[in-house]
Amino acid sequence: MELGARLAEHIPRLRRYARALTGDAARADDLVQDTLERALRKLALWRPGSDLRAWLFTLMHNVYMNQVAAGRYPLEEWNGEASEGPQPGIPPASPQEEALRLRDLARGLARLPAEQREVLLLVGLEGLRYEEVAKILGIPTGTVMSRLSRARQRLQSLMEGERGLNLRRVK
Amino acid sequence: MDDISEADLHAYVDGELDRHRRREVEAHLARCPEAARRVAAWQAQKEGLQALFDGVLAEPLPPALEFACRRNREKRLWGAIAAGLWLALGVLVGWFARGESPTPSLASLPQEAAVAHVVYAPEVMHPVEVGAAEEAHLKKWLSRRLNTPLKVPDLTATGFKLLGGRLLPATEGPAAQFMYQDAQGRRLTLYVRVLAAAAKETAFRYDHRDGVGVFYWVDGGLGFALSGELERPQLLAVAEAVYKQLD
Repeated sequence: MELGARLAEHIPRLRRYARALTGDAARADDLVQDTLERALRKLALWRPGSDLRAWLFTLMHNVYMNQVAAGRYPLEEWNGEASEGPQPGIPPASPQEEALRLRDLARGLARLPAEQREVLLLVGLEGLRYEEVAKILGIPTGTVMSRLSRARQRLQSLMEGERGLNLRRVK
Repeated sequence: MDDISEADLHAYVDGELDRHRRREVEAHLARCPEAARRVAAWQAQKEGLQALFDGVLAEPLPPALEFACRRNREKRLWGAIAAGLWLALGVLVGWFARGESPTPSLASLPQEAAVAHVVYAPEVMHPVEVGAAEEAHLKKWLSRRLNTPLKVPDLTATGFKLLGGRLLPATEGPAAQFMYQDAQGRRLTLYVRVLAAAAKETAFRYDHRDGVGVFYWVDGGLGFALSGELERPQLLAVAEAVYKQLD
């Protein structure tokens, strides 16, 4: 298959990851676009037979980290934009409570340091193995695990904090 | 006794354990409600992330992104050859370092273009300095002032006719603005200015300010920005027409 078409196959997953990473649909697509441009410039460096998807995620990580370093993602601008339309797979038991929980999750995600957010999403959203995440981010597997642990802990306490606020608001 | 660490609990949630270890963790969870609570919370986080973002997979690709692929694919071969040459020349480090630095003057391009559009597009008496009747003169004049040969795209196929153009002050020197109008009186402006010679080519980018949509891109050391109060897909179609004629 033509390489360009193979790149195109990965765009939906790159978009999902970028959306979760930046919390903003337009910024996410810019990030995907910059990543694709870089991929096309560097195609000569990609070894056929190696994992194209992992390589693309590595490129996106580099682009994203450059942008973070350049201050392109001020925290307060993370607007928690998820995907459009109704979400499949949410149990209908208590839609309002579930919606609140998801909103708190999105807000908590936004407040994580970028490096923790990356690990959490590559493992939790992309379903990658710790070892693959380590390769993509260029860090030891032990660091992946410690960042993951900190990310989950912090996210949990942020969400519990939000929940407390919600309850107080209701009263 | 249990020797289950926190790392084991995470690995359990993420399916990283072999069957034997997984059973040991499950036994531990049955005995230790605190651990079971944490594991459940982490699993809920994972499911929540998927619920929040899986919908993106099914969204249609935005036109600009789709176009980026198409356009890039055309340039792929040349890009690969160029990359190979640079490799051979051993200037890899410098090249990629340059590729990674953002082009500073590109960032302000959509805003400059949108402001110029908002200022001149509503103008009834003097929308342009030099009218379309003097197109040859307009082209020569602006090419001389920008010190680079400019083309004036013909957009009649998209329903927009050239009204004319004007010279504008940009932050880093002169800029040119060409104005077009369709049968309903809607106006588009194409804003062009010189960027640093090393400015790398980009795919289309989209920006939206105060009701004005802007598609902008870099090609051949020039920054282009097409602005208008059109729906995004319509504006993209015109941007593609401009790009094709300038390439």
